[in-house]
Amino acid sequence: MDNPLLHTEDLCKFFKTPRGTVRAADRVSFDLYEGETLGLVGESGSGKSTVAYTVMGLHSPTSGKVEFAGQDIAKPVAKRARSLKKQIQIVFQDPGTSLNSRRTIQQILELPLRVHNTAPRGNRKARVAELLRMVELPEEYMYKSPHALGGGERQMVAIARALASEPRLIILDEPTSALDVSIQAKIINMLIEFQKQFNLAYLFITHDLSLMRNVSHRVAILYLGKICEVAPTEQFFRAPEHPYTKMLLSSIPVITDDEVAMRPTKSVSTGEIPSPVNVPPGCGFSTRCPVKFAPCSVDIPELLRINEDHWVRCHLFHPAADVECNDPCFVEAEAEEHT
Amino acid sequence: MRFFSHPLVKRRIEAARKGWYKFSKNPVSLVGLSVIVLILILAIFAPYVAPNPEHAGRYVNFAESNQPPSLHHWFGTDTFGRDILSRVFFGFRYSLIMGLVVLAIATPIGVVLGLLAGYYRNRWIGTLIMRITDIFLAVPPLILALVVCSILTPSLFNAMMAVTLVWWPWYCRLVYGLASSYRGEFFVQAAEVTGATKAHILFREILPNCVSSIFTKMSLDMGWVILIGASLSYVGLGAQPPTPDLGTMVADGAKYLPAQWWIAIFPALAIMLTVLGFNLIGDGFRDLFALEEV
Amino acid sequence: MTDPILEIADLHVEFKTYEGPLKVLNGVSMSVQPGRRVGLVGEAGCGKTTTMRCVLGILPNPPGKITKGSIHFHGQDLLHFSKREFQRIRGHGISMIFQDPTAALNPVFTVGDQLETAIRYGSKQTASRKEIRHRALKALSEVQLPDTERILTCFPVELSGGMRQRVCIAMALATEPELLIADEPTTSLDVTIQDQILRLLYDLVENHGTAVIFITHSLGVVREMADEVYVMYAGNIVEGASKDELFHAPLHPYTQGLMSAVPKLTGGGVAEGIPGRIPEYISPPGGCRFHPRCTRAMSRCAGECPQFVTIHPSHQVACFLHSGESHG
Repeated sequence: MDNPLLHTEDLCKFFKTPRGTVRAADRVSFDLYEGETLGLVGESGSGKSTVAYTVMGLHSPTSGKVEFAGQDIAKPVAKRARSLKKQIQIVFQDPGTSLNSRRTIQQILELPLRVHNTAPRGNRKARVAELLRMVELPEEYMYKSPHALGGGERQMVAIARALASEPRLIILDEPTSALDVSIQAKIINMLIEFQKQFNLAYLFITHDLSLMRNVSHRVAILYLGKICEVAPTEQFFRAPEHPYTKMLLSSIPVITDDEVAMRPTKSVSTGEIPSPVNVPPGCGFSTRCPVKFAPCSVDIPELLRINEDHWVRCHLFHPAADVECNDPCFVEAEAEEHT
Repeated sequence: MRFFSHPLVKRRIEAARKGWYKFSKNPVSLVGLSVIVLILILAIFAPYVAPNPEHAGRYVNFAESNQPPSLHHWFGTDTFGRDILSRVFFGFRYSLIMGLVVLAIATPIGVVLGLLAGYYRNRWIGTLIMRITDIFLAVPPLILALVVCSILTPSLFNAMMAVTLVWWPWYCRLVYGLASSYRGEFFVQAAEVTGATKAHILFREILPNCVSSIFTKMSLDMGWVILIGASLSYVGLGAQPPTPDLGTMVADGAKYLPAQWWIAIFPALAIMLTVLGFNLIGDGFRDLFALEEV
Repeated sequence: MTDPILEIADLHVEFKTYEGPLKVLNGVSMSVQPGRRVGLVGEAGCGKTTTMRCVLGILPNPPGKITKGSIHFHGQDLLHFSKREFQRIRGHGISMIFQDPTAALNPVFTVGDQLETAIRYGSKQTASRKEIRHRALKALSEVQLPDTERILTCFPVELSGGMRQRVCIAMALATEPELLIADEPTTSLDVTIQDQILRLLYDLVENHGTAVIFITHSLGVVREMADEVYVMYAGNIVEGASKDELFHAPLHPYTQGLMSAVPKLTGGGVAEGIPGRIPEYISPPGGCRFHPRCTRAMSRCAGECPQFVTIHPSHQVACFLHSGESHG
């Protein structure tokens, strides 16, 4: 695992609004390797969509590095080379608005074929038919318009469109959030198939942790623009370390007894998510953290490596942490760690 | 017949059928359509359906001048003895031509500028286009047309050019609003991300979504353009005699009100009927263009 | 067993469209006992919101029309209620919480205005202004909103999504309804906030003794909130059982498919899901509406519609695999 396909370092994206600066993405760093899925999880204000759109070029980063296959891509879509656009594609959340209702499916799917010349002129219709077959839609659909299709089918067309340019990285922004469970299952399985078949890298964004568990190889969780924890999926779910991760996992409604047993129980969700305009001083999660102690509302914790591939941003893991505090809640946290 | 079995053609035919169903459900639009169809037939076939087609040109017969409406001349005759009914039929031609030519030129100009201004709204080109548009829109249309016409020699052609000049900004503003809002839509971003050219995005992604508003406005505008054209002719800046332009006919007949009322009233009613027809159709167009939902 | 507070029997609803009538509800039957929490689960378009609209008397008519069946609230026939009679039972009889709190609250009125209006018109007896304000403050503190005096003067836009939903819950419960209908109340909220709101709702209805119908598309939510669950598909109730029965031994193939399609926190990949798509209501499949997608369909299923029968005291199913009875 040497060269990452996608590398971000201290990526920042701030928006200036009349109410203040929104620190949508704040020093976000991660790597994504070829053929793997990295999940970005977070609630509103976490910045997961901002990060994805910045990688995509729909926003320009305020500062920081974004590199694709070693090449700097920290620039907007308009300034990117066509060959770069070919390699990174996106599937948006809402299939209703991500396909132009005034065009036919054939026209929609032919566009990337035309722009990137992945199919020679005479062959385009056949390639469109092939793409539709790949997403298990009937060939006749190419003459229809998106509004004649159901939500799940539209999303499959969106996926076919992303595949048409033969990319290496696909960003999936909540691709199944607007869909029913039965269709979601079909689409997810299709995506996993394609990943194996074409060695695609996925940046998978969702708020649904149960889905994330079954789709990603690694998971990164964001809160108020910062990464709190990054770990391989198995570790993330079986042994979460960050208090926010634990709170999130314990809040998910689940349906089997096994899942109930595996959820962390101590953490109960409290408090409101602060607005990203008004990030609390110190650690952004300190206002709601059940194990908060002295440095939490003062210093921003660093992202520290606690295991081979497991990083956490929390003062509890800071080597200097055990020096100061006699706070009873810290004592409880320590006790928790030792159980 | 193979053409008709192609799925895309079948879809278009089905969509047209559904559209007609929706359109015809509205009695108002049907009335408008009938009126316009009638006027079109009269205008196109004027030389054949008018009882006295030669009266539309240079014709003088003082013996028959200022005759009230009768079985011989349904709308009466004017001061030169010309049959007003025939002249009204020919008059429809000039009104329709005025409307069609003006819109055929003003609409593309306005739409293209509007697309550019809307898509590049935060850049210099957007600002430049919209400021120019604002300037044109600040002047009342009739006044601007009058000024332009009086600078050039009065003729039907120059009147059409003047009205075109006045008309394109409205389309620019309409499409500017639409294009600005569509610019942020996900399907446009998806096209940008794929690497489509700007021309593709403007004309193949955004424009198709604006078409329904544009056509609705065009049909409502026909009435207005015809009215402005008639107003220009009324003050003598449009078509010149002996051209049977409806506005000129009203102007000529105005002197003879109220005694020989028919000389002015029938052409005026003809103008009103034309404008009304287009307005009624415009209403129905809005329903016609709505997307069919699943 | 006491009389049910709400009894829906064999409800059929049609919507008139250009292409013909949409047969949206095809014989929905369910009953709610006083003080019980009932979950109504189904995917988008299955008819759950339509059913609730009928109960509240807000089915848009035209194009909607109730063609058959009955709804009884405390023995009174709601289908023959006049608008005025509905107004009388709304508030203290039946109350509703909607999915999107931002849309449910009027942005130009303060929270206090809306809350007090709800209390004033929803109560059985008239009350003085002071009394209404006191009840409003009490309602807000019950939903654990801090600084209740200040919240009364806030506009909805000044509150976060979770707080707005708490206000809606306060509005719904301040009138002490006997039956509360909650239509996807947490779908638009973040997960951690959703958890708080659900727990709050659970405690509140427990304290007030209110019967609840909890509408959602999420099986996980229903497992946390409901005592009894009805599963709905394409205008039919296909299964109804106590929570434990349903989650440990689901009988209907649709319920089983749904449960296996939900991704599990314990891993194991995503199951295949249910093939096909929901039927067109213009020409729904004959017989059992699920049969085209059912892996265990028999020849009988295409011709006859299965009856909703009781298998055990706490488990009912509409499926020929478990009973031989069919609709007329």
